[in-house]
Amino acid sequence: MLDISPAEWTAILLSLRVAVIATLVATPFGIALAWLLARRDFWGKSVLDALVHLPLVLPPVVTGYLLLLTFGRRGLVGAFLADHLGVVFAFRWTGAALACGVMSFPLLVRPMRLSIEAIDRKLEQAAETLGAAPFKVFFTVTLPLALPGVLAGMVLGFAKAIGEFGATITFVSNIPGETQTISSAIYSLIQTPDGDAAAGRLVIISVVIALGALIAAEWFARRATARLHGN
Amino acid sequence: MLHVDVEKQLGEFSLHASFASEGRVTGLFGASGAGKSSLINMIAGLLRPDRGTIVIDGETVDDTAAGIHVPTYRRRIGYVFQDARLFPHLNVAQNLDYGRRMNGLAPDPAQRTRVVELLDIGALLDRRPGKLSGGERQRVALGRALLSKPRLLLLDEPLGALDEARKLEILPYLVRLRDEANVPMVYVSHDVAELRQLATQIVMLRQGRVTSFGGVKVLT
Repeated sequence: MLDISPAEWTAILLSLRVAVIATLVATPFGIALAWLLARRDFWGKSVLDALVHLPLVLPPVVTGYLLLLTFGRRGLVGAFLADHLGVVFAFRWTGAALACGVMSFPLLVRPMRLSIEAIDRKLEQAAETLGAAPFKVFFTVTLPLALPGVLAGMVLGFAKAIGEFGATITFVSNIPGETQTISSAIYSLIQTPDGDAAAGRLVIISVVIALGALIAAEWFARRATARLHGN
Repeated sequence: MLHVDVEKQLGEFSLHASFASEGRVTGLFGASGAGKSSLINMIAGLLRPDRGTIVIDGETVDDTAAGIHVPTYRRRIGYVFQDARLFPHLNVAQNLDYGRRMNGLAPDPAQRTRVVELLDIGALLDRRPGKLSGGERQRVALGRALLSKPRLLLLDEPLGALDEARKLEILPYLVRLRDEANVPMVYVSHDVAELRQLATQIVMLRQGRVTSFGGVKVLT
């Protein structure tokens, strides 16, 4: 079988931790934003929409550099967070999670938004006539009906987060045990003589994780859809 | 019971309707496009009048001059739509309990049993809306609206989406509801026969205006 070294394990577990945290933290924001974009009209909506999609079209190294400028030790937000809350992103695994969260955000939001848009607003109206205040309508009708999309968005975001490379390495570098994810470990290994075997093992691991995520997504989506249609 | 005096401009169409009804079942009658649905949606609070007042059971829910617009969820109305609009992710029992839960009312097993029996939906409680026929769906929608304990029940062409056989299946339930449920109703329809059987008062609408008002005789 695969003979995985402790250093490789470290990279694998770090990747999983970074991607899971990035996805879990991004999800509530993603749902809120998806709802806002699907259900509300407001000034600056198209700007916000473009902003959300920006990491998808910008070169990852640019996103990483912008994160460094903003959330680095001397960055506007980074300095404030470090001085007042003791939260440091620069060259920490938390920074990797932030970079992955930002990079995967457009992919996470999109299915959520589409599934909220697909919900018949008449159902929300019916809930209102039955005495449900707007936030209750959201939690008892909108969110349960959007669940397949929410799960799909989470899995897609997770898959993107676990494969993120450019922004992460630019923002938090490639420090084994702290910020070296599977991707950056593979990158280092293929530049090292004799690194091929180790790189190969990590490649297999990433394929397994990605496939697992896709199968899980499919399973969740099917279950959720069945639940919705009562079959 | 219900006082309505409203104006609303909807594109080219202008609605200006005024009536007061004490009847158990107020029939809103008119051809399609006469403004029936707009009017009932204003009573429900889903549509906001440009000018005017709406008073339900002594409470002013709309008064544009005073800046009053009570949101739908605080109006304590029930609304039965033409397309049932049952929640697909909840089974029939959960649909029935939805209004009670949202209004924070204590369970009332006696009333629930009465409504379930009145509408003959006891056998459907575990089913999902996707597994119900059109007529069954409409009966569950009626029960769901009733169990939120509304002070006024609005019905917008509740038989409109059903074929003749289904209509005849549901009508007796509506008559029983009128006679036993003790909730005043506003019943929208373009079907003279339906209103003759159900309504106690008729508001006739034509191109956004009330053309006649009175007993069921005005239908002739």
